[in-house]
Amino acid sequence: MMKKLLLMLLMAFVAVAVFAEGAQETTEEAEEVVFRLNNGTEPESLDPALISGVPENQIYMGLFEGLVVPDPETLQAKPGIAERWEMSADGLTYTFYLRDDAVWSDGVEITAQTVVDSWLRFLNPETAADYTYLMVDEAMVAGAGDYNSGEAGPEAVQIRAVDEKTFQVTLDRPRAFFVDMLNHYAFAVHPLHVIEEYGDAWTRPGTIVSNGPFVLDTWVPQDRIELVKNPTYWDAENVELDRVILYPIDDQNTALNLFQDGQIDWLKEVAPARLDEMKMDPTHVANPAFITYYYEFNNSVEPLDDMRVRKAMMMSIDRQELVTRVTRGDQFPAYGVTPPLPGVYDAVEGFEEDYDAARELLADAGYPGGEGFPELTILYNTSEGHKNIAEYVQQKWNDELGISVQIENQEWGTYLDSRDNGDFEIARGGWQGDYVDPLSFVGLFTADSPFNSGDWTSEEFTALLTEAETMVGEARLAKMREAEMVLMEQAGVMPFYYYLTTNWINTDEWGGWYPTIQDMHPLKDIYRK
Amino acid sequence: MSKFIIRRLLGLIPTLFIIITISFFVIRVAPGGPFSAERKVSPEVLRNLEAKYNMDDPLMKQYADYLWNVVQFDLGPSFVYKDFDVNFYIGQGLPNSMIVGGLAVAVALVLGLIAGIISALRQNSVYDYAAMSVAVIGISVPLFVIGPALMYVFAVQLGWLPVAGWIDRLGPVALIMPVATLALPPFAYIARLSRASVLEILRSDYVRTARAKGLSTPVVVFKHVLKGSMLPVVSYLGPALAATLTGSVVVEQIFRIPGLGRHFINSAFNRDYTMIMGTVIVYSALLLIMNFIVDVIYGYLDPRISYK
Repeated sequence: MMKKLLLMLLMAFVAVAVFAEGAQETTEEAEEVVFRLNNGTEPESLDPALISGVPENQIYMGLFEGLVVPDPETLQAKPGIAERWEMSADGLTYTFYLRDDAVWSDGVEITAQTVVDSWLRFLNPETAADYTYLMVDEAMVAGAGDYNSGEAGPEAVQIRAVDEKTFQVTLDRPRAFFVDMLNHYAFAVHPLHVIEEYGDAWTRPGTIVSNGPFVLDTWVPQDRIELVKNPTYWDAENVELDRVILYPIDDQNTALNLFQDGQIDWLKEVAPARLDEMKMDPTHVANPAFITYYYEFNNSVEPLDDMRVRKAMMMSIDRQELVTRVTRGDQFPAYGVTPPLPGVYDAVEGFEEDYDAARELLADAGYPGGEGFPELTILYNTSEGHKNIAEYVQQKWNDELGISVQIENQEWGTYLDSRDNGDFEIARGGWQGDYVDPLSFVGLFTADSPFNSGDWTSEEFTALLTEAETMVGEARLAKMREAEMVLMEQAGVMPFYYYLTTNWINTDEWGGWYPTIQDMHPLKDIYRK
Repeated sequence: MSKFIIRRLLGLIPTLFIIITISFFVIRVAPGGPFSAERKVSPEVLRNLEAKYNMDDPLMKQYADYLWNVVQFDLGPSFVYKDFDVNFYIGQGLPNSMIVGGLAVAVALVLGLIAGIISALRQNSVYDYAAMSVAVIGISVPLFVIGPALMYVFAVQLGWLPVAGWIDRLGPVALIMPVATLALPPFAYIARLSRASVLEILRSDYVRTARAKGLSTPVVVFKHVLKGSMLPVVSYLGPALAATLTGSVVVEQIFRIPGLGRHFINSAFNRDYTMIMGTVIVYSALLLIMNFIVDVIYGYLDPRISYK
């Protein structure tokens, strides 16, 4: 009876295995070119006004197109719905001339008024968009802040439709990087005619309307989003992919298995435990990222208000050792806060690691050999990687300076709260530049920046930045370097390293995908070789 | 008995109400909120966001409004996912989670009973040791090890099963590994429980009487032993279902199943208050009902127990 049971089980298993072959996802038919990728987590929304993350951006780049699109290699602005543009002599007013064949996927025309209405919708306090600071504080669109804060009506925003196809915007101050910034979803166009009709449900498959290289075909929340080529897109003949499938995959191990099994074509991240092995894989592509890892000092806490103490702590870490032995991700030691922009802005060498000089500084500040130094705490959000770095720092400071620190981890939401409220002594931070200009980093540490959790201030630094705002080109960048040097000399923040982006994709099979500093890879340009 | 059933069913409502109330206030104690992010929103935008979600109302009013909506089965909008509301995610996720969880418990129950009974009948044989070793593995090895291990062997190396995904794309094969993973711990417990319980009953007087009467083993087992030996198994089923529901979180993540488990965890990290409340309500209701059913079955199985 046992044997019969076993035999039946075995036959059942074989039967299922046989069916598995048939029921497994069929590979694409010869005609359709399908590109599949793992896209982080389930997107919060498809509405460009309401999104704020990297997975959402990847989808946005497929579905929508703004005034400009990023070049896939350099990320600089290329014509999108705007064919060409002009800047006024004072650098404050930009005029965009829209192309005639810019339409929504339902055929409705996109006009200059569409752009105006879209930006106003974005700024409308009732929309409660997350990313308004990009338009208000970074791009400095005149009047945007007043409308968004409710102090003025939409007419205060200095944007207008000169005629049906000409859009004009005025800024508060010259922004050298303004046009390049416009590929960001903060500056998107929205299909207002659809939004009016369907309200919050406008992004569902069947009702959603978009204007980018692809349209939404399928959306199974938590499983996948499928995009198909948009026939009404003005540049449709240059879009090679027929279908793009984005999978939100929470588990890094599963994502890697899917990649190795040939179920996805582009893998964006790998679990740290498998990194050593996957770095050797021929599909591995690495390049410098526009991201910095640093610690912030709380300047309201003694003795961190003393510059000498901060500098001593900064100078007594061996960053090369850190990236080689601790993080082991081939990152770049950082002696400034802005990652290098090749051909544009070299990384600043703001200080040197010098243990003797550090000890001297600490003694000057009143703590020779670390005597009498209070026990401070390093705060970081729960993660194996952050813990390893904190432990290394703890060790180094003990060895070189004779001071002892505690390390404390908090869950992400709690940690953000603590940083916001100044409830910390030393806190770990990381920042990715929103736009490719040193200001996206240096600007974090101005006195009124909401991201300056440590409340570091310096008149010299502020003066230099204010001066830079009135300058353009090389002169401006040189002034920004001066400001960044001051930031480092006064130890306003303690940088560790610049990130490396890692991706895995078979570039023998797929073209049009390039490593870029912001790790942005528009779907429009990808093709199968 | 029917009075008992009705009383118990009605008693579920105050229990659920207490759970909802405690959860509602406790989740707001945790630091941070739904709109915390590293890129902070300006105070004006924060005000706008709070207004949109009625968070600027006094807390008691928010609570009252929420309760009123729950009674009408409206669990509100998600604070994080802006295109769908909580009802949608639960409607999508719950059936999927129940398919996996239900199958896992069913498989565990059937296989566990079979394994346990046969182990007991063939005590100390090779079969007994083999089955109990598998049981020990099931009890000691965590799901997040079993799952990827199965995936590695059967999907990556052998290619017999798909790596991950759901039945709408891959067919029923997609269920095999997740169900196997999730079934293993309850299978282990049920096998051990039933084995011990059968062994005990086999030594009891009425079984000896049955054998003495000349009844064959299958008849003895099915007619006399089974019902009694089910008792510990049935009382374990309550905690088993709880464990399966929570275990499904891990399995859903590993095998990419669009279920409710992932929302359960992610909503806590995201401080998505409405989603947290929604999943808590659903899970609590499920557990309460399941435990109630278990109690009723228990009363049916054991004639010595009578409910009044």
